Amino acid sequence: MPERIAPLAITACSATSALGRGLAAHLEALRNARGGLSINDFSATPLACRIGRVAGVEDSALPADLAHWDCRNNRLAWIGLQQDGLLDAVAASLARHGATRVALVLGTSTASIGSTEDAYRRLDHGHFPADLQRPEIHTPHSLTAFVADATGIAGPALTLSTACSSSAKVFASAERLIRLGLVDAALVGGVDTLCDSVLFGFHSLELVSTQACRPFDVHRDGISIGEAAGFALLERIYAAPRAPRLLGHGESSDAYHMSTPHPEGRGAHAALDDALARAGIDAGAVDYVNLHGTATSKNDEVEAKVLPRFGARTRASSTKGFTGHTLGAAGALEAVIALLAIEDGIVPPNLGCSEPMPETAPWLALQPAEQRVDIAVSNSFGFGGNNACLVFGRGASA
Amino acid sequence: MNAPLRVIGIGAWAPGAPDWQRLRGILRGETAPAEDAPARPSGSILPAAERRRAPDGVRLAADVAAQATAMAGIDPANLPCVFASTQGELAITDYVCETLAHAPLELSPTKFHNSVLNAPAGYWTIATGCTAASSAVTAHHCSFAAGLLEAAVFACAENVPVLFASSDVASTGPLAEMTRTTLAFGVALVLAPRGSAGARLDVALGGVAHEPFLGDGLALHGVAGDNPANAHALALLQALAVEKGRRLRLPLSPGLSLDMEITF
Repeated sequence: MPERIAPLAITACSATSALGRGLAAHLEALRNARGGLSINDFSATPLACRIGRVAGVEDSALPADLAHWDCRNNRLAWIGLQQDGLLDAVAASLARHGATRVALVLGTSTASIGSTEDAYRRLDHGHFPADLQRPEIHTPHSLTAFVADATGIAGPALTLSTACSSSAKVFASAERLIRLGLVDAALVGGVDTLCDSVLFGFHSLELVSTQACRPFDVHRDGISIGEAAGFALLERIYAAPRAPRLLGHGESSDAYHMSTPHPEGRGAHAALDDALARAGIDAGAVDYVNLHGTATSKNDEVEAKVLPRFGARTRASSTKGFTGHTLGAAGALEAVIALLAIEDGIVPPNLGCSEPMPETAPWLALQPAEQRVDIAVSNSFGFGGNNACLVFGRGASA
Repeated sequence: MNAPLRVIGIGAWAPGAPDWQRLRGILRGETAPAEDAPARPSGSILPAAERRRAPDGVRLAADVAAQATAMAGIDPANLPCVFASTQGELAITDYVCETLAHAPLELSPTKFHNSVLNAPAGYWTIATGCTAASSAVTAHHCSFAAGLLEAAVFACAENVPVLFASSDVASTGPLAEMTRTTLAFGVALVLAPRGSAGARLDVALGGVAHEPFLGDGLALHGVAGDNPANAHALALLQALAVEKGRRLRLPLSPGLSLDMEITF
């Protein structure tokens, strides 16, 4: 088992999803069990399903000096960066530590592939149309390179792309960079936008529900795809002793199948073990678990096998019924929701589930609850059997 | 970084140099690229069922990773791994975009799940029974340096050996004009945080990088222009081939370089 790590302070964070822009919009929606899924109106020939679409991405624009980065994914990243004082917090961190002493580690599954798809729809005699002849947006690093340019972060800039665990793993990578003293702070996060690749791709795998997804419901029949931007700024705790903390992280591989989880949840257990060991706590100390809970038959069946690890008082929910599965952004979005649970004393409900799988009933939170949360865990599992688990905790009291 | 690393395993694949032994000879000026070398990576470590489904990018990464772990004599089952790539499976991206433009409902589910950047990590962990952490890193033309940093940091922070593989296949279709990658090239290293076997590798962050040093009289000059990110590995590989100490500086991000010192 890994050794306990020094916790890190989360000095700023924010999320933008189908629930709205920023922390307040998310808190309001979670408290009132108001979901954000809507009828799919994306692409020229929309599939019959629900999506978690961020309103107004099309109408937003990048500043003129960043216009060469323009694409749907970077627009969503830019909207996300402007919420909850994130840009100011990053600027203060750069001033405090120096631009090369702040790392940028972002997760994305498809980045700006929507623009590459668009180029193929509008080929000009076999060539990309003039407005899309921009190599920097036809790469999975597009998001991170844009955010580095937009924020002035000049430290190591990495993109992690491990499908749906991408932006959970960024917390682990950033923590290691800070632990070794290579940087003093890191902006982490994830952004993924709706695109035909994921809508038709998950459809081809017969994993998309025609209805709003129903995580952990006995009648669940697949995911709803969403889009989101989530960010968190990590620094050593002396910078902000009262800020909530990253206590631990765990990563594992299933070594089983490219698109189906290990039947006994071997990788999910291993990631949880690792994360708890780094946090130096027992599973019984966890107040709230934000489950991966995609609402596919297999994911939820396997993830339910992890629930008995937790104590009788632990509450658990998937929030994908609110936002849809935001894929490479899910880790960061749901980390922010776990932080909201701690900071605002709320257990988000498992929206969309009316008949819970019996084995989840002791833990599953079906209604929103106001409750003190000191320790929250977030699970993220991706294609290729790639698993990550994060543990967050309350900061020092006033 | 708090500790020097040791390079205890090396793997490579390039046209005319399907393994490290051959590439090492070329970099030492002792042999020429093999005329009869296979045109595609074999993916021979993958179980037959997986190999049938595995695209070239996965086979390439698996080939170099298998060479490096075999040389290191380490069971991959417990070895954390970091796979880097500039673009992932370019031919599949081309297929997916082409299909979506004309017949989106005909998209192949296998090709879709092979399109994720962590397909090599997924196939590798399945083939080797690896349950340790696996990752997929990208940073456009700095992908080799970024992946090496991620792997070196993991090895030092967790005090365990780490497999690092960096590879890209050639692009096809209209996308090719945007990617500049015209030939397949991959490299893998097993980095160990302790011990005395293998070359010593010290890694640090440095100032702004100038054009990277790509090696003198390199028989594989073509790689430099045609596989931009992984060509950054060539100077390191050449130092490992001739077993001569060297300092290297690779671009890591617009404001930073990855500085390496190899000693024997």
